This record gives sequence, structure tokens and C-alpha cells, in this order.
Amino acid sequence: MSTLAIQATGLVKWFGEGEAKTAALREVSLEAYFGEMLYIVGPSGSGKTTLLSVLSGILRPNAGSVSVEGEDIWNMSSDKLADFRLHRIGFVFQDYHLFPRLTTAENVAIPLILKRTNWDEAIQQAVKYLDIVGLKNRAELPPVKLSGGEQQRVAIARAIAGTPDILIMDEPTASLDGDTGHAIVSFVKENVLNEKRCILIVTHDSRIYELATRILKMEDGRLTGIEKGGSA
Amino acid sequence: MKGILKLAYKLLVNDKAKFTALLVGITFAVFLMIAMTSLFAGVLKRASATVINLGASIWVMDPAVQTVSNTIGMPDYVLDAVRSIHGVHYAVPVYSGGALVKLRDGAYQYATVIGLDDTSLFGRPKLIQGRIDDIYGDNAFIVVKDPEFPKLESPRLGTEFEVNDHRGVIAGIAQVASSGLFGVPTLYTTYERALQYIPNPRFTISYVLVEPNSHADVANIKRQVQALGYLALTQDEFMDKISDFYKYQTGLGMNLLIMTVMSFVVGLSISGQTFYTFVLENLEKFGALKAMGTKSRELIVMILFQASFTSLTGYGLGVGLCAVTIALAKLRLPDYAAMITGWNLVLAFVMVVVIAAVSGYFGVRKVLQIEPFDIFRG
Repeated sequence: MSTLAIQATGLVKWFGEGEAKTAALREVSLEAYFGEMLYIVGPSGSGKTTLLSVLSGILRPNAGSVSVEGEDIWNMSSDKLADFRLHRIGFVFQDYHLFPRLTTAENVAIPLILKRTNWDEAIQQAVKYLDIVGLKNRAELPPVKLSGGEQQRVAIARAIAGTPDILIMDEPTASLDGDTGHAIVSFVKENVLNEKRCILIVTHDSRIYELATRILKMEDGRLTGIEKGGSA
Repeated sequence: MKGILKLAYKLLVNDKAKFTALLVGITFAVFLMIAMTSLFAGVLKRASATVINLGASIWVMDPAVQTVSNTIGMPDYVLDAVRSIHGVHYAVPVYSGGALVKLRDGAYQYATVIGLDDTSLFGRPKLIQGRIDDIYGDNAFIVVKDPEFPKLESPRLGTEFEVNDHRGVIAGIAQVASSGLFGVPTLYTTYERALQYIPNPRFTISYVLVEPNSHADVANIKRQVQALGYLALTQDEFMDKISDFYKYQTGLGMNLLIMTVMSFVVGLSISGQTFYTFVLENLEKFGALKAMGTKSRELIVMILFQASFTSLTGYGLGVGLCAVTIALAKLRLPDYAAMITGWNLVLAFVMVVVIAAVSGYFGVRKVLQIEPFDIFRG
């Protein structure tokens, strides 16, 4: 039996007030385990990104709780929550959010620098992570000189450079063609996923469904089914 | 924290276009602020040139005197009365007035004439040609070799000219610490000769120059002089009085203040706007950093570091540019009065700190408002 990484219970999140009030999450509960690549799929506006934000300690829910290895993250102070994100979560944003004025290596080194690693050592480590994603020879280039697929891999290298337990990937194939998208997620599954890491992916790209350990389906702020794997 | 600051530094300077625009804005503002205030400082110093050059510790004068050149004659008994005050080591009269010099080509040139005490020659300038004793020769004058010197056709030892229709002859050429404000050449002679050459009202002593026995005697001397109905000021006090006159009673100070404030506002607008745009353009990146676990106070440190680094670099460039400009201007225009003082630098520095603080404040406000969730939403 795999170890429980994330346990979310009764998550409720709404935006706006009065007549403009919209429910983004309605009593969502789920569990995610180390060693699995869990997909959350569904149409646009179904609440996938909101759920990912709540699970990763970025967006406070109106009700419900999120426990990571038994610790309720939404009872943490804002500083402790920032530390939690820094040390335990790795993010791969949909638009990558790489810094165009920094080199690729410096981009990857950011989580290490935020963790107070010495600059030169952080760059050295970053180059190692770039090697893992096959971009060691691009270390000195700015991200704008890289292709979309390469930028995505830089974003993955940055996300794993902080050695997080949980990797959050928001629409990782949205800006890539089908083959590249599939290759990137395959790469993540083969090289990044391990028994001590849980990967949560929000996507509506059915071409990469085959790579998931489990797939949870969302609609209108609710988990409505399981497309692959066991329970929610 | 060092790594975070380096990250902030790289994000700033690697955006070359924005960084250059920021530096140009602040450099220009600092240049203007220092140029304005240094010009004013130079003008004020020159306005006190006679006070500096004569170098007396205490100046006794009519209370209505506002600047060193606007003298009001005092009767001879004031000199005797001052000499009798306890604590006065010595006291000498000095005459300061103006005369028309007729040059060899027939043109007239106005000149300041300083008449030094005949016995002591207290306040005499440093001679670069001639001997000081020659000042006692017939019709002898010492001319100051300053930027106004050519206006007397660059006289040599022995050059003759007319001063208020009397014969004059150059017996020495001197240099002084500070040139005057009004672009007028200066001639030194003895007190008695000055009175002979220049038509005078009944009272002839412009100032009584006093040297106290010790610094502790200054207060008593000032009190006793006040009791005589006159005013005794130390050298610094007299220079302050002259400065105050130009600052508050001529409009010069207000005009320069307005120009300085305008420079500040220009600098603030250019730098503030550019820095704010820089923050706005990087807002998503700051949001991403926040999502990755950067604390708000670390983001504040980054923004303030960027604002401070830009401002201080601009400050250094502005000061350097101004110093070079003044040096170049003085090569071409020896009369150029600008002078960078510690106060000019402090004032400009304070204004630059305000620019950095205001720019940083708006940047910080914007960065603190961004929610990492907005980054996810795209």
C-alpha cells in the first residue's frame, strides 16, 4: 500500500459576493499517494486549477482541509505556508513563467537560491538538473532562445531542483504539440516520479491519459468520477 | 539573503533598456539638483569673498549692513572704543569701496578698492609679484590676479592708470582665496590712500576688523560692541548673514529652490514611472516567485534593493557628471561660480532616497497585491 501524500476533505471555494458569487469547489474530497501520477481532468471552468491551488497551499479554501503527510497546511501561518511551498512543492506553470532576463541555469537555480543555497553552488546543481532534462548544453542561454518543449523541460528542471515531495503541473501540454507533450509527460513519469514523490497534473489533454496512475474527473466544482485507477 | 539580492540585481540590470532608462532619469535629476544647488553655493561663497580674503575673526559694522559690499561708514571713535574693549587683542579699520579706473585705451572699468590698515596691513593678500612694502610707495596699488584681472588689461608691475582721476601704479600682483561675485577687479591699497582716492561721506571706516585674545572673549566683545550701537559678527556669522540676504531677500534663493524642486519632480516622475513599469512587467514573475515560496518580506527586500541600487548608481553618475561638467565649464569660464559642497551632496542624496522610497513603495504595493493564484489562472 502506498503512503498517503495529500488528503483533502470537504473543500469548498467560492469567488465573488452576492449575486456574482460563484462556487469553484463544492465539497471536494480526495487522496493522493506518493509514487502516483494523479490527473485531474475536466472541461474549462470545472475548478481543476482552483483545486490544484488549494492543494498546493496557494489559495485558501472557504471550508474543508488539506493535509500533507498528516499536517493541515491551512492551519499554518503565511510564513510557514511559504516555507511549505518552497520545501515540499514544485510547480510547473502552464505558461512556464521562466525569467527571460536570467539564463536557463539561473532559472532552474531559483528554488535553491530561495532556500539560501550559495549562488555558485545553486548554479552547479541547476546544471545537473538541466542535465537530467537533457538541456545541459543550454545552461547559459536565456529561455527565449529555447523551443516550447525545451522551455517546458526547463520549467520541470526548476520544479524538481528544490527536491519537492509533490510536483504540481498545470496543463503541462497546453502549449506543446501532441508528440512533444506526450514526450514531456513520459519523461516526467520515467525520470521524476518515484516512490517518495507524488505528481498532480491538471490537464484536459486526453492524449496523455495513458500515462496517469489515476485520473479524477471534475465538473462544475465537483469530482464526478474516476476515469482510471481506484477511488478518489 | 545574498542570493536573493543577486537575483534581484540580475533581474534589474539584465533588463538593459529599462535599467538604462531608470539610470538616465535619476542621473539627469541628480545632475540638475546638484548643478542648481552648487551654483547657488558658489554664488553665496563669492558673495562673501571679501570676508574670506581679509580673514578677520570678528567684523564690527553698522547693524544695517546686509552684504560686505554695501558698507555703511562708521565714525573713527568706534575704532578707539573697540580697541578699548576687554579681550580685544587688536582692532584695525578697513575701507571697502568702488572706484572708476581709466584704462590706457581710455575706457573706464569699475573696480573694488580695499583699503588696509596702514600700520599693520592686516588682511593683505598673498603677493605673487612685487613686495608688500611697495604698497607704501607713491600712488601704489596691488591688483588681484583673478578671473577679473584681464578687465584691467592684465597690468604688470609699474603699469600706470587712473583711479578716480588720480594717478595709480601697480606695485604688486596678488592672489586671493575667493573671487568676488560681481565680476569686478579688486585693488588693494592702504586705508589712508583709499580715502584720498575715493570721495567719502563724513564717516569712513567700513569695518573694524578685530582679533580677540581668545575665543572666550568673543561673546563679551559682541556685547560691548552692541552697547556702542554697532554689530560684531564672527567671520562665519557674517558669511551666514550675507548668505541669508541673497537667499531670502533677493529672490535668488527662491528661484533656485524652485528649479531644484522641479529637478526633483522630473527625476521622481521619470524614475518612479519607469520603475513602476518595470515592476508591472515583472509582476507575473514576482507572483511566480511568491507561489514558489518566496515570503512577502523577501519580495519587499528585492524591490527595495532594486530601487535603492538604481537610485544610488544614478546618484553616483549624476554627481560625477556634474563634477565633470563644472570642471569643464571652469576651464572655459574661469568666472563660473558653481561649487559642489557637502550640503549639495547631502541634499541630492536625501532627494534620491525619497525617489527610491517612493518608487519602491509603489512597486512593493503592487507586488504584495498579486496573488500566486493569479499566476495559475494565467
